[in-house]
Formats: sequence, C-alpha cells, structure tokens
Amino acid sequence: MSKSQRDRLQSILLHLVLTPLAIIWVFPLWMMAVFSTMPDHGIFSPDLQLWFSDQFIANITNMQADTDFVHALSVSVGVALIYTVLSVFLTSMAGWALARYEFIGKPIVIAIILGTITLPYFVVVIPQFVMVARDFRLSNTWIALIVPPLFNSLGVLFMRQAFSMMPADLFDAARVEGVKEWKIYLHIALPLARPTIAALSIILFLASWNNYLWPLLIATDRSMFTAPVALGSLIGLTKVSWGGIMAGAVLLTAPMLVVFVLLQRHFIAGIAAGAIK
Amino acid sequence: MAGVALNNVVKNFGSVEIVHGVSLDVTDGEFVVFVGPSGCGKSTLLRMIAGLEDISGGDIDIGGKMVNDVEPADRGIAMVFQSYALYPHMTVEQNLSFGLRMNGNDKADTARRVANAARILQIEPLLQRRPKQLSGGQRQRVAIGRAIVREPQVFLFDEPLSNLDAELRVQMRVEIARLHKELGTTMIYVTHDQTEAMTLADKIVVLRDGIIEQVGCPLDLYDDPANQFVAGFIGSPKMNFMAATVVASGNGSLTVELDKQGRARLAAPLQGAVPAVGSKLTVGVRPEHFGAAGAGGTDIALDIDVAEHLGSTSYIYANTGSGEQLVIEREESRHVVRGVGASASIDAGRVYLFDITGKRLR
Repeated sequence: MSKSQRDRLQSILLHLVLTPLAIIWVFPLWMMAVFSTMPDHGIFSPDLQLWFSDQFIANITNMQADTDFVHALSVSVGVALIYTVLSVFLTSMAGWALARYEFIGKPIVIAIILGTITLPYFVVVIPQFVMVARDFRLSNTWIALIVPPLFNSLGVLFMRQAFSMMPADLFDAARVEGVKEWKIYLHIALPLARPTIAALSIILFLASWNNYLWPLLIATDRSMFTAPVALGSLIGLTKVSWGGIMAGAVLLTAPMLVVFVLLQRHFIAGIAAGAIK
Repeated sequence: MAGVALNNVVKNFGSVEIVHGVSLDVTDGEFVVFVGPSGCGKSTLLRMIAGLEDISGGDIDIGGKMVNDVEPADRGIAMVFQSYALYPHMTVEQNLSFGLRMNGNDKADTARRVANAARILQIEPLLQRRPKQLSGGQRQRVAIGRAIVREPQVFLFDEPLSNLDAELRVQMRVEIARLHKELGTTMIYVTHDQTEAMTLADKIVVLRDGIIEQVGCPLDLYDDPANQFVAGFIGSPKMNFMAATVVASGNGSLTVELDKQGRARLAAPLQGAVPAVGSKLTVGVRPEHFGAAGAGGTDIALDIDVAEHLGSTSYIYANTGSGEQLVIEREESRHVVRGVGASASIDAGRVYLFDITGKRLR
C-alpha cells in the first residue's frame, strides 16, 4: 500500500470515528434550535420533530412579554463586558507583579492563589452572599453582580505565565531607557500578551455570560435579572414555557458561538502559549 | 563622555560570591572588552555598571560620580543586549524613539536623534519595518541605534554578536569599530569570543571565576600573558601546553625535560627566580612558533591526526608518542595528510614557562 493510500485510509477511519462523536455533541444544540421554533405542545408530541417549525418569533414574543428578555440581555451584556475588562486589567496587573517582582512572601501569595482554584465555588457562595447581601446591603446592584467574582485566580496564573515567558531583556532595555514601570507594563508587556489576553477575555466573558447561581441569588428585582436568570424564571410551579426557554437559549448561545469562531485563532494561540518555546 | 571606575566591586547571589572585589579604570573614550569563559562574571559586571544588578560591595563611578544607587536611566549609559531586545510590536522608528517618547522628550529633538542614528547605521530604508521583517544583522543595527539615540556617555554591549552567523559577525565587528571611531564614546563590550576581543579592544580585561586575571592591550596579552589561563585563552588556536620537569638551571636559563615528548630537552631563558631541579612545570608553545625539524631547536616526533588546510595556512593536529595532542600552524603545508609521521622543532627562545599554579615564570 502506497503512502497516499495509507493516508487516505487513515483519514476515512478517522472520519468514521469522529463523525458519530460530532453528531452526539451537536445533537442537543440542534434540538435546542429546533425546539425554539416549536409551540410548547409540539415539543412534547410523541413524534420527535427533527426539523424547524415556524413558531420562533411567537416564542420570542411570549418570552419577552413574560420576562422582559431584551432588558435582561442588556444587563447580561453590560455585566459581562465590564466584568471582562476589569478582570483582565486586575488579573494582568497581579500576574505582572508575580512574574516580574521579587518580594517577601511571594511563594505564599502564589500558593494561596493556587489554593483558591481548588476551593469549590459552592463553598464560597453562601458566605459571599451573606457578606454582599446582608452586611454590605448590595443586593440588586451592578456592583454586586460584577465585583465579587472579579478576582479570577486562574486568570492571574494565566497572565503570570504569559509575562514570565517574555524575555527579561525587553524590560531591562526599557529600564535602561528610563521608562517607568507602569509604562513598561502598559506599552510593552500588555501588547505582547495580546494572544493570552484574547483567550482570557473569552474565558472570562463566557464565565460571566453563563453565570447563573450568583445573579440568581443577588438579583431578586426583575430589573437586575441577567438573561440566564430571566430564562430560569420561565420555569414556574405550574407551567414551564419550554419553547420560550429554548428560544432564549438560542439567543444566548448564538453570539457566543460567533465570538468563539471569530476569535478561536487567538484562543488557541493563548491557551497553547505555554506549551511551545 | 565619561570614564568608568570600578573599585573593589563585589557581587553575591544569596550566600555565593560570584564577583570578588574587581577594580578597574576605563578611561574616557576607551574601548574595553571583558572576555572570559561562561560563568566568569563578565555579564554580571556589565549589568552592575548598567544598574540592572545591585552591587553587594565596592563602588562604581561613571564620569567621576558614584552611581551605586543611581537608576540605570540616570547613569548616562546605553546598553545593547545579546538578544537585541527589540520591541516586536513596534516599527524600527518606534523602537528607536520609544525611550525618548516615554520620557516626554521634545518631538523635534526625538526625530533628529532617530534620523541621526538611522543615518549612522544606514538603516533609513528600514524605519517602517517591524523587527520580524529584519535580518539578524539589521536587528542588531537597530539595537545599536536605540543605544545611539540616547546619546550616552558610555555604551555597554553584552555579547551583541553572539546570535549572528560568522560572516555577519565579522561585518558587524567592523561596523562597531567604525562606530567607536566616529562617536569617540567610551565603550565596554562583553564577549567570550577572543577574536572579537583582540580586534575591537583598546584594552582587554580577562576574567575568570569573578576575578580579573589580566588587563592590557590585545597584543601585550598575546605576547606577554601573566599566567597559563590568559595564555590559553588569548590566541586561536590556543597555546599548546606540555608537562615538563626541571633538570638543570643557572646563568639565566633553565633546562627542562618534556615529560611526554620522549624526554626531549630544551634550555629556556629565565630572568627571575629559578625553580629547583626536579620541580614540575608547564611549557607553553603557540601553534605558529613551532619550526621545521632540524632548524636548531628541540625536535619532537609527531603522528598527524587531522590536518585543516585553510588556504594560506594549515593547522595540523598531531599526537606525540605518549598521546599528548599538539596544534601546529604551518604556512604552505598542503601536502600534509592524516596518519603520516612528522616532526617539529621547538624554539626555546619562544616558549612560555608556567609553574604548577599556572603563574608565568619569566
């Protein structure tokens, strides 16, 4: 068998294995899209529908009437954008300090940051809720939605790794030129960390966009509902509007897929940055 | 312009002292090269002068002012790094002007300085390119340009040519020499390449294990090394060393027997204290100082191992009967081939003698 024939066979085998896996992975997403176009009674009909129906606009309209979804979506976008920008800024500054400066207790600080990664979120969420809602009385505020999850230890370590891998000579050259430390950070380190920042931004934006538990606890007023919380409110005691939920889920998922496809080059570059060189 | 003075400079990393009380005077406008093997402390010394490393003891003066606690930017120095350290996201022009712009320097003055550096280094056509679009030699030129725009009193070069191929290295070496002539500024240059040291320096500082072994102008170091280390380090191919035993002495000369050359004897002139008969020492002979056998010196028999013919010169790597390898430089010896027996003569007047501690006996 020639090399080209062997390669072809290998490719066919690979497709035979991967295609069913891809179908299994895509199927729930596909059904979400299909259900979003069907009336509630159609979803539960004994005949499984695999193709789109015509109720998408109706589902959206009903959902908007029930939850003011457009407003919730705007809250979600606002929270995710502000959270991402602030968190990238904070985590990159912390990562910069850990990568570039020697100070007493640095290993302990790194160990604590690493330690917080291993702590399950559910251990933190109740004390955090008590502190923010009861002690600070910040329920139903933007600060409560954005600030508590702001410090992201994974992001700090991610940025530290990116900065550590940059050649120290670059920063020494700038120091010899009399460039102030914060300008070195702003004009040299941050631009060079662009792939990592892009990857981290996607991760942080997605984390905020998909966050359900914290906004559910802290936003009790409808005007402060984020989109996932607004969708969740459609699950009532007596009636669940699955068509509306699926339509909302499509609206929540579609922009993320687009963003991911557009930025995946940066995303992969950023994630893989530690692996090569 | 300014001179640089190091007074008993010490550097510790933790509890380990790696630079042991180095003192040195670099006069205004001089080109000084620090040379030595890896780990000898030459780059650390340069980084201490730059202010990128704190000094653990002693003083550093630049232009007559002590700069121990002065920030790198305020020392009047500019540094060129081995890795070029160009900012990859900026164009050549932005790289050159970055430091000046960040410090709020006047725009017109910045433009003038950038244009001047670009002219000196002939990189005007490259100003809008990014570093990744440049060749190694062009990058190094930009790195030097970034130093020039600072109009420093002292240039510091940290192995600037190490990343270049052999041909470019020669070309850049000439350019750096030309630059020194044109600017007349004090330059301190670190390298492990003794050819660079020999060709560029007004003064070479040979370092080993954090101490200065010898300071002097290139040919003085070559002709009159203070010890076996300097003798071996300066010169390419390096000096041959042969174990020997003193068999007789007196009247300003010393007769030694070469331990591994069939007990061949040679009588070398010696002015200073004479070692006792029976003491061990080392005889050094530069490759080009071997003569043809029968020329009146001490003849030794050789087996030719490898012969490198470079055109005008040949380097012959030969083994003595007892397995010691010697390198002999010969002109017009293209007929010499591997595996052939040969002989060479040592001229006693041109040998170097070292005692067992490596100190030169004169």
